[in-house]
Amino acid sequence: MPDDRELGGSDASDQLLTNMFPGQAATDEMVLSRETEALESDDILVTKPLGFLFWMAIGWLGLVFLLAVFANLLPLPNPDFQNYSAINATPNIHHLLGTDDLGRDLLSRLIFGARVSLIVGFASVAIGTIVGGTLGLISGFKGGSLDISLNAASFVLLAFPAIVAVIAIVAFWGSSLLKITIIIGVGTIPLMFRVVRASSLSFANRDFVIAARTMGATTPRILFREILPNVVPVAVTFGLITVAGVIVLEGSLAFLGLSVPPPTPSWGNMISEGTANGNLSINPYIMLWPAAAMFLLLLSINLIGDRMRQRFDIREGLL
Amino acid sequence: MTKYFIKRFLQLVVVAFIISVLVFLLVHLLPGDPSVTILGPNDTAHNRAILFKQLGLNKPLLQQYTTWLNAVFHGNLGQSYLNHESVTHIVATGAPIDIELIVISQVIAFAVAIPLALITSRRPNRAFDNVSTTTTFGLLALPPFVIAPIMVAVFAVSLHWFPATGYVPLTQDPATNLHDMILPSLAITAGSIAVYYRLLRSDLISTLQEDFITMARSKGLSNRRIMLRHAFRPSTFSLLAAAGVNIGALLAGTFIVEYLFALSGLGYSLVQAVQQRDYLVVQGISLVVAIAYVVLQFIIDFLFTVVDPRVVRE
Amino acid sequence: MIGRRGPQNGKRALEFPDVGESDEPLLVVENLHTSFRTGRGTVHAVDGVSLTVAAGTTLGIVGESGSGKTVLARSIMGLLPVRDVIKSGTVHFAGHDLTAMEPDQLREIWGAELSMIFQDPMTALNPVKRIGIQITESLRLHLDMDRKEADATAVELLRSVGIPSPEQRVRWYPFQLSGGMRQRVMIAIALACAPRLIMADEPTTGLDVTVQAQILDLLGKLQRERHMAVILVTHDLGVVADRADEIVVMYAGRVVERAPTRTLFAETHMPYTRALMESIPRLADPSGTRLQAIPGRPPDLIHPPKGCRFAPRCAFAQDKCRESDPPLRTAGSPDHLFACWFPLVHGTSTAPSASASASAAGDTTIDPGPVVQSP
Repeated sequence: MPDDRELGGSDASDQLLTNMFPGQAATDEMVLSRETEALESDDILVTKPLGFLFWMAIGWLGLVFLLAVFANLLPLPNPDFQNYSAINATPNIHHLLGTDDLGRDLLSRLIFGARVSLIVGFASVAIGTIVGGTLGLISGFKGGSLDISLNAASFVLLAFPAIVAVIAIVAFWGSSLLKITIIIGVGTIPLMFRVVRASSLSFANRDFVIAARTMGATTPRILFREILPNVVPVAVTFGLITVAGVIVLEGSLAFLGLSVPPPTPSWGNMISEGTANGNLSINPYIMLWPAAAMFLLLLSINLIGDRMRQRFDIREGLL
Repeated sequence: MTKYFIKRFLQLVVVAFIISVLVFLLVHLLPGDPSVTILGPNDTAHNRAILFKQLGLNKPLLQQYTTWLNAVFHGNLGQSYLNHESVTHIVATGAPIDIELIVISQVIAFAVAIPLALITSRRPNRAFDNVSTTTTFGLLALPPFVIAPIMVAVFAVSLHWFPATGYVPLTQDPATNLHDMILPSLAITAGSIAVYYRLLRSDLISTLQEDFITMARSKGLSNRRIMLRHAFRPSTFSLLAAAGVNIGALLAGTFIVEYLFALSGLGYSLVQAVQQRDYLVVQGISLVVAIAYVVLQFIIDFLFTVVDPRVVRE
Repeated sequence: MIGRRGPQNGKRALEFPDVGESDEPLLVVENLHTSFRTGRGTVHAVDGVSLTVAAGTTLGIVGESGSGKTVLARSIMGLLPVRDVIKSGTVHFAGHDLTAMEPDQLREIWGAELSMIFQDPMTALNPVKRIGIQITESLRLHLDMDRKEADATAVELLRSVGIPSPEQRVRWYPFQLSGGMRQRVMIAIALACAPRLIMADEPTTGLDVTVQAQILDLLGKLQRERHMAVILVTHDLGVVADRADEIVVMYAGRVVERAPTRTLFAETHMPYTRALMESIPRLADPSGTRLQAIPGRPPDLIHPPKGCRFAPRCAFAQDKCRESDPPLRTAGSPDHLFACWFPLVHGTSTAPSASASASAAGDTTIDPGPVVQSP
């Protein structure tokens, strides 16, 4: 395989991916060129502790998950119940986070709204990872015309203005939670395909794979026993970062009223409601709570993803 | 060199063409009917048929596409089904808004990210680096639909520093225009700063481990010169690639701030047109965006060759 | 062509008296220690090294990879990062204590009086800068040349290191040159300001064997012309055999033998030095002669073994070697230092019944017989 570091940018996203996964040749060259006299090798092997922030992030993600899963069991008012005697209430003992301009309890809406972000975020990336990842694993390992055509297709799809496709399909097909998840999930397939393909490609010519092949291991066996375990950390790490991206996309759609239809709460449509009808000056809490929750959720996911990236020693790159 | 650029350009033209076909197929093949938006849901089937004939929608898809493409080559992007506004006009009024948003936000992003990365990469994992790096995580967690409402609430509603909405073309009144555009531009800047800073920082850190940096030190060069003349340029590869992807995504991706700040840029016009099945507007804007994307990638490719002369090696 | 202008132009804060004629050596390193703090512990990469280099002479520093020779070279230059590095000892260069200098003062010496040639010219030349600029930048910095003057000097430098049509090549990038050409460019950069001492760290390791000799001969020729001192760091005793005036053999961060080249080869005292000699391929050997590899690996420098650090790999090691550390001492000529309890004399160990004890130690994989025979 060519030396990625020297070939340079055939196209921007390709460049990113190859930068993230410098080919084995390049890595070897780096290692060999360095006289590893104690100083370099040891410094790199030191594993950084995960740190306080990481556990805070895990804690917040876990809390949001638990609240979303057990929302029905919690002593919360119905998120859609409009209490006209308590409109735009500031936070108080009955409504811990206050109420919106229709008198709905903001805490309850916040917790039920978390479901949308989490389900769309994680389930759609799961679709992308399973489908795109499987294709990428095989394509990167096998190479040949299958790889060339899949790779070209994924590049065109990534250059395609995704928002046009998503909005067009949502407008025609509908915007229930399931449909949004499937539409966005299909949209993440080319992304995960490229990440896993690049990773699989970089492992396909490693010594241990060649050794397995010369010992007569079958292709499926090599794929699942030798390559898959090495690709999984990469896929999981980038998958997690993609989850953050998908949550942003769903939030953007919801903000424009194109995601899960009201009155079902989602953080995106809550922020949107909070900015409409002069609510920003009357009752900024409507916007503030979901904005803060969204901020902390994205921060947590990015932090966890970054620590995983460090642990698995994957080069920093944009997704 | 020339051969390389011609090859890249042709590749990108092919990509732009495929995108235009895909957009065309997408809006035409999905069910949904522009006659509903034009005539309303209760008109007769007869009237709809007449309308379809007028619009040329009864013809085969391939013919519709070639007719459209032919018109495009003659400088005519068609007109909106809804208000008969010419698509060229929509693009001409919308594009300057997007360009201005992107230019302001990217200039700010680079102006913040580059010096910060140059400073922190020299002493990684010290207090200042840790604070900066953690802060950029915060920026990464502030998508436009989260930060824009907060900015409006603070700077427009509470402090009255900036207007919440409003737009005056740059050519008419530059001062007012800039004043109006600062908040929406800042709203899309946060993520760019974070991405650029993090990529440049990590690439600088690995470049600074290279032998040629030790070599530069052994020549007695100052740290400042080493950072700016030796380390920076070889560390900008990921930064450039990320800028290409990021700006490419912003080309039609500014719709959130355009919606919130009531700016009639290309992004929000496109979103609206998709929802209303306003075929020609969708096709026209998508084509313009795809071409802009191609031009952008071409510029980035050119910059790659400036940054690293090895790129064009055969 | 390339005049030394340093002290005259008055811009230098430091004075450099010409010690070349005096008896005082150009470089005096005393008891230098360099350690790195790492996650696993402190690595003692350089452990009490002393050496001297006289003006215009060549010192060879020889050792396996991991012996600390590269770290020693960089420690002498003061090029190591400040962070996580513990250094002690002194380095006097032309009368100045480099270890006591501020970074700004060091930068005046680096490149101008003391320059470095790196192992791999592919990674040590900036890949995205024209080679001309990489030469002229130190000329303009240290010698205050204007652009035109510096450009002309760069062309002359490239010519003097044997690069054909240097007027065109100054505008080339490193990747456009072959490995040997790149190393010539690196020599030109190191020579640019006519330094008194060049530190050449494995300057030919990455090159073809045929090119190696050319580069070393070029370096020797330029050294004689300009009366420069050279420290030649290498893992290959053969490289320094006919080029160095004096040789320092390093093992596990320490000097284990140090002597004028002729003496070292004639009266090798350290078994480690002997083993390094055995590993040089010789054309005179009958074909089929096996090279003597040194068994085992260099020791862990975080927890170095007790006693002589070479003892675990030494064919002649005795109980004493494993228990106490041999000091660096002289025997016979005062300029021949070695650290061994039972030095070889005329190729034979002075250890009591050497082969018997080696077998007794259970080390049956090494047949000590051929090792002690002189070639």
